Amino acid sequence: MATQLEAETRSDNDAFREEVRQFIADNFPAELKGKANALAGVDGPTDENAAQKAWREAMGAKGWGTPTWPKEYGGGGLDKKQARIIDEELARAGAYNPIGGMGVMMFGPTLLEYGNEAQKREHIPPICRGEIRWCQGYSEPNAGSDLANLQTFAEDKGDHYLVNGQKTWTSGGQWADKCFAIVRTDKSDKHHGISFMLIDMDSPGVEVRPIQMISGMSPFCETFFTDVKVPKENLVGEEGQGWTIGKRLLQHERTNISGGGRLAGMMGASLGDIAKKYCATDGDGELEDKVLRDKIADFEIRWNSFLLTARRAMEESKAAGGVSEISSVLKKIGTKMSQERSELLIDIRGLQGLGWEGDGFSTGELETVRAWLFGKATTIYGGSTEIQNNIIAKRVLGMLDHQ
Amino acid sequence: MAVLNEEQEMLRDMAREWAVNESPVTEFRKVRASGAPEAFDRNAWSTMGQMGWTGVIIPEEHGGSDFGFMSAGLVIEELGKTLTASPLLMSTIAATAIVLGGSDEQKAKWLPKLASGEAIATLAVDEGASHDPAKIETSVSGGKISGTKAFVHEAHGADLFVVAAKDGLYLVEKGDGVSLTTRKLTDQRSHADVTFDGATADKLTGGGDSLLDDVLDRARILTAAEMLGMAQQVFDVTLDYLKQRVQFNQVLASFQALQHRMADLFADLAQMRSAVEAGLQAVDSGFGVARAATIAKAEANRVLHTMSNQGIQLHGGIGMTDEYDVGFYLKRARVLEASFGSTGWLKHRFAKLGGY
Repeated sequence: MATQLEAETRSDNDAFREEVRQFIADNFPAELKGKANALAGVDGPTDENAAQKAWREAMGAKGWGTPTWPKEYGGGGLDKKQARIIDEELARAGAYNPIGGMGVMMFGPTLLEYGNEAQKREHIPPICRGEIRWCQGYSEPNAGSDLANLQTFAEDKGDHYLVNGQKTWTSGGQWADKCFAIVRTDKSDKHHGISFMLIDMDSPGVEVRPIQMISGMSPFCETFFTDVKVPKENLVGEEGQGWTIGKRLLQHERTNISGGGRLAGMMGASLGDIAKKYCATDGDGELEDKVLRDKIADFEIRWNSFLLTARRAMEESKAAGGVSEISSVLKKIGTKMSQERSELLIDIRGLQGLGWEGDGFSTGELETVRAWLFGKATTIYGGSTEIQNNIIAKRVLGMLDHQ
Repeated sequence: MAVLNEEQEMLRDMAREWAVNESPVTEFRKVRASGAPEAFDRNAWSTMGQMGWTGVIIPEEHGGSDFGFMSAGLVIEELGKTLTASPLLMSTIAATAIVLGGSDEQKAKWLPKLASGEAIATLAVDEGASHDPAKIETSVSGGKISGTKAFVHEAHGADLFVVAAKDGLYLVEKGDGVSLTTRKLTDQRSHADVTFDGATADKLTGGGDSLLDDVLDRARILTAAEMLGMAQQVFDVTLDYLKQRVQFNQVLASFQALQHRMADLFADLAQMRSAVEAGLQAVDSGFGVARAATIAKAEANRVLHTMSNQGIQLHGGIGMTDEYDVGFYLKRARVLEASFGSTGWLKHRFAKLGGY
């Protein structure tokens, strides 16, 4: 039996759901129905057509693309339940959230926590409106998994820093307007000598070179900084606090790469359904290849339990407040399983699943090949699986370093 | 750990405190040493009855607390951690059959006694060494049941058997026409082949055609809850051991090869917990039980299998000794793994449910 309060809350939510439904009906262009959100990703070009622009602007004006962010900075100011209602209604309408990218997934939440008032007022609203694309200036040729080994140096020049160095694996660097970067401000202290700063990608001295990948795509870049001037007000937090701030951003990154339900949507149809289209079945409708059938069932059971784990982590972190300590587990399992799924898809399709280009392959098949190859990066970037294992062992389980 | 309500937290804390203080593994050692085929401590059992654990899934009007499966799972998980030997798991499963399929008379006759712990029940389904509910020969004619059930858990202490026959589930009381042949398994708990030779059988007529499947799904989920407790305990004691054992002048916990193995096990355990808790919640919400049960038991099988093997390996030689507890978990693990669905059987069922 619902209490009076619960009943009122429910009817408030019903009213909100109705409002969302009406908003989508009024603003979501029918031609975009069922389309993926290329613009919110980090790896696509920025061209958008009139319908995409209209939809982005409509959602951005509402702040509903970043529903739980504070209203004063352009977010929706909503609670998690209302945010979920927006997700559900978008899904129901075959619509998508046009606001995304690294600004939403990683940088925004970090700046809201560590930025000063002026920085939040300047940078958060354009993210909420989907007007600005951010890229990540973390990795360097000799500072990948050993991230704190970074060498890019920001020299204090009084009113500004002068930045010199090289970043690599800058996702979407060629399309980005701004870069959140960790740079060295003190060469004498590995961890405390790092600062977190914001760099305009069109500053003189910034050069971006896309890197061709095994998948044939070039979503990653090398980024070179030669005497790049960065104003002092672009320093986030204190000088030397960059490692702390940078690590918090990585927690958001891990959660987003792996869990949060995001992957569930990306994964699409069940492997069993796909296999039935490509492979022979017997009189009972079962796949004739029993080894393959067993592999698929094995994968799908573990995949379901991964999704349940992502959901549990969300519920628990909501109850406890803050980012779940299980984010490394989600990153580690989610990325491995998405790779396994790609391999299984090839198993199911045979050579038809290995097409590189040309006639005879569906768009979906060709995309699967690209995703299979590109997916090999997911257990390397965002902190490799080995780094996640170190984090789990040391920070979560309290296993010690060598004495 | 799922987000629990206050009532569930109290129940879990009570079970944890009792298991740690009153029923540590030394109590299981005593049961084992006694050699009694019943293989549980009657005093401990009556304590469980007094604390209400025997009636968690039984409706209030029949003397239970109706706290639901999540709550039952919490208690069984805690008892699994200390390998508490009792018929709680099986009696709860058998009670489920009566709750789902019993007539008013059957419920009134049995549920209050099961809720208080005065009576003990168990479930008898399989007729071979592997779980296969499609292969049942036991039959009932004129209210008399005949057939042999293999490896029935907790058979020696049972007052009542819930027996799967060709045409449905029956209640059979111990006594005339019911005979036991003890089967000693590696876990040193009560197991027996039970032969029914014209014993009086009272059919469970409610619950529809899916009654047996529904009961077995609940059996899978609750069994997985015991396995979760076992896996958690093996993980915890292994981690403690690695933190104190010194080799090459270093504590073992400082070696990266072992850290990464523990990280893998930690991730596996997180998956297992999610799957088992989701199974318990599925029964309470009445939604998607078959699928959730299959996932829960399959994940429990997978993770506990690995965990129990790694528990030995990471302990090194001491893990091989009877003096040390970790081996007991390995032995119980395999018995539960083979019960109510091996991994292969569960994968087949999952594919069937998915239509491939």
